[in-house]
Amino acid sequence: MSRLANIFAWSRFYAVLVKEFIQMRRDRVTFGMMIGVPLMQLLLFGYAIDTDPHNLPTLIEVADESPVVRSLTAAMDTSDYFDFIGIVTSEAASDEALKDGTASVILTIPPGFEADLIRGVTPELLLTVDASDPVAAGGAIGAMSGVVETAIGQSLNGPLSFAAKSPAPFDLVIHRAFNPSGETSLNIVPGLLAVILSMTMVLITAVAIVRESEKGTMESLIATPVTPSEVMLGKILPYVFVGYVQTAVFLLAARALFSVPFSGSFLAFFLGFNLYIIVNLAIGFLVSTVARTQMQAMQLSFFTILPTILLSGFMFPFAAMPGWAQAIGTAIPATHFLRLVRKVMLKGGGLAEVTQDMAAIAVILLVVVAVALKRYRQTLD
Amino acid sequence: MAEQVPEKVAGEVAISVTGLTKIFGTRKVVDGFDMQVGKGAIYGFLGPNGSGKTTTIRMMCGLLTPDGGAGQCLGLDIVRDSREIKKRVGYMTQKFSLYEDLTIAENLDFTARMFGMKNRKALVAEAVRDLGLEGRAGQLAGTLSGGWKQRLALAACMIHSPDLLLLDEPTAGVDPKARRDFWDEIRKLAARGVTVLVSTHYMDEAVQCDHIAYIAYGKKLIDGAARDIPGQIGLSTYVVTGPDLSELEARLEAEDGTGQVIRFGAELHVSGTDKAALDALAEVERARGTHEWVAKRAGLEEAFIYLMAGAKDNFMLEPVS
Ligand SMILES: Nc1ncnc2c1ncn2[C@@H]1O[C@H](COP(=O)(O)OP(=O)(O)OP(=O)(O)O)[C@@H](O)[C@H]1O
Ligand SMILES: [Mg+2]
Repeated sequence: MSRLANIFAWSRFYAVLVKEFIQMRRDRVTFGMMIGVPLMQLLLFGYAIDTDPHNLPTLIEVADESPVVRSLTAAMDTSDYFDFIGIVTSEAASDEALKDGTASVILTIPPGFEADLIRGVTPELLLTVDASDPVAAGGAIGAMSGVVETAIGQSLNGPLSFAAKSPAPFDLVIHRAFNPSGETSLNIVPGLLAVILSMTMVLITAVAIVRESEKGTMESLIATPVTPSEVMLGKILPYVFVGYVQTAVFLLAARALFSVPFSGSFLAFFLGFNLYIIVNLAIGFLVSTVARTQMQAMQLSFFTILPTILLSGFMFPFAAMPGWAQAIGTAIPATHFLRLVRKVMLKGGGLAEVTQDMAAIAVILLVVVAVALKRYRQTLD
Repeated sequence: MAEQVPEKVAGEVAISVTGLTKIFGTRKVVDGFDMQVGKGAIYGFLGPNGSGKTTTIRMMCGLLTPDGGAGQCLGLDIVRDSREIKKRVGYMTQKFSLYEDLTIAENLDFTARMFGMKNRKALVAEAVRDLGLEGRAGQLAGTLSGGWKQRLALAACMIHSPDLLLLDEPTAGVDPKARRDFWDEIRKLAARGVTVLVSTHYMDEAVQCDHIAYIAYGKKLIDGAARDIPGQIGLSTYVVTGPDLSELEARLEAEDGTGQVIRFGAELHVSGTDKAALDALAEVERARGTHEWVAKRAGLEEAFIYLMAGAKDNFMLEPVS
């Protein structure tokens, strides 16, 4: 027998796989839960969660620099709502930024804005917000009127104060990109998919593996020539299948109940989704190497799920979180999967837009697998 | 892939371990354990609960890493070559460790696959037939009675025709008929050159073994041919018969220095290592004329009860080899 066969043998991997499928099929309650949980959560979470966003990355699109622009950027800097990241001069550039997520708010100042203001013609300002996260968008719209008003008020003092009249001497035209009606469910649904997949995948794998040591079957299992990679793959693969079923159920329900669109590339979604399922299964495997009982496995799984809910951008806009929370959030696969799904489902993104998110998940996967395989005990010590 | 690994057994020794030590926390659970088991031998492994039998067996088949000592199984190093050892060893765990949510046939099939057996279907069918469970192959293992679980586990650990069987209390809870069948099978296997190390608490099974190792508090105290063991301990025994044995038993036990008094049905076996004192006691008791005192060779049963009773404070007893 070759050296490779000592590390991985298809026959043993297949044996574990078949066994897992049989056990899964016999465990009706768990199987029912795998389908029931996503549906229930979809209904529960599908309705609004209110939050107040901060530090939304904001671009100003303007053809010519003028004093008004300077006071606008200054006003944005003092507001918590916006994080002024720069000025672009073309519509193409701002569209691009909105699509790839670098900016979520764009304030477009039309040419001759200042002159119109002085002449007393009420000029129009265009505010474009990324409404795929409607909670953040709603807050931005509310806050922007205030910011602009203050800024213009300041720049129109002194000799120009005659032009400052109330109500505001300008119109703020609002454009909600990607989610014109500002429906929260549109945003919640992709996020919920990320959270539910993470929750069930981590939990089910961890419990399925810990069950072996708790019931004592691990002793017989490792008394055979089986290797860690055979156990890991054989145990994980059946649950990839479960992830597929969950996602299908979830997406169909989301479409039926909330008319969530699917406007982007299916291939991009499919690849990212597989990667995401696998990384969660690997985390479950890692949890199982720490937990000794099924109860511990459950608690540890919930422990990993908390940051997924809180720090991934599902519950609170990612941009609104403090730096340390963003750093933790970046290490969570759900953060990247969430972005990926929003881009693909709501913004019509394709492979090119999501490669960065997929790369991030892949890096997390590598780290988790390496640690899990190292921790997996081939003995009972 | 039932490839025959070429025999490279060192001489005719199947198991050879020296100084095996296992520490859990701060407790030395197995302490400097030595053992040589010849190929084709049936080796009995005895000792009170918690003495370290299971732990020792687990170290031999690579399930636990020893904290000290070294050894070989089938000529392979127990730490380095544990995967090769596992391919050729059948290990039956003390606690039922097959899948309760798989059927009898599925469990056997899974084990056969894990060992890469080619003719799986035939092997499983044969094992089911040998068990006498043809009609119940589709029954979930978890719904079997305790004794049947035990017998299924035994069948599963033998499905890949291992060269060495490590059986941890294989007949616990198994009925007498099945136990006799089991020992017949074990003797047949041994005759074919399969080595068997079996832990047990049953004296009638200990007698079936060629050799016996006795372990207490992680230390091996006795190791030798079954029939030599009472002699090794130096135990003398009197068989006492007569009326009111319970009363006599209570009186003897209350007396200091009587040694060990055990009731065997209508007999009382009085044993001790101090032959002179025991003879003197018999003399006195005979003079009362109520009971009959007959000297006999101490049996294994007396020997092991003596060992187990003494295990608590008997650490001075040096290992005999
Ligand atoms: N994983 C473990 N962690 C800590 N202590 C352990 C562990 N396994 C066994 N022990 C301890 O080691 C000692 C020896 O246990 P072992 O199971 O080897 O005994 P045994 O001789 O097989 O007993 P029995 O006849 O009851 O089966 C016991 O005191 C037990 O509590
Ligand atoms: Mg034991």
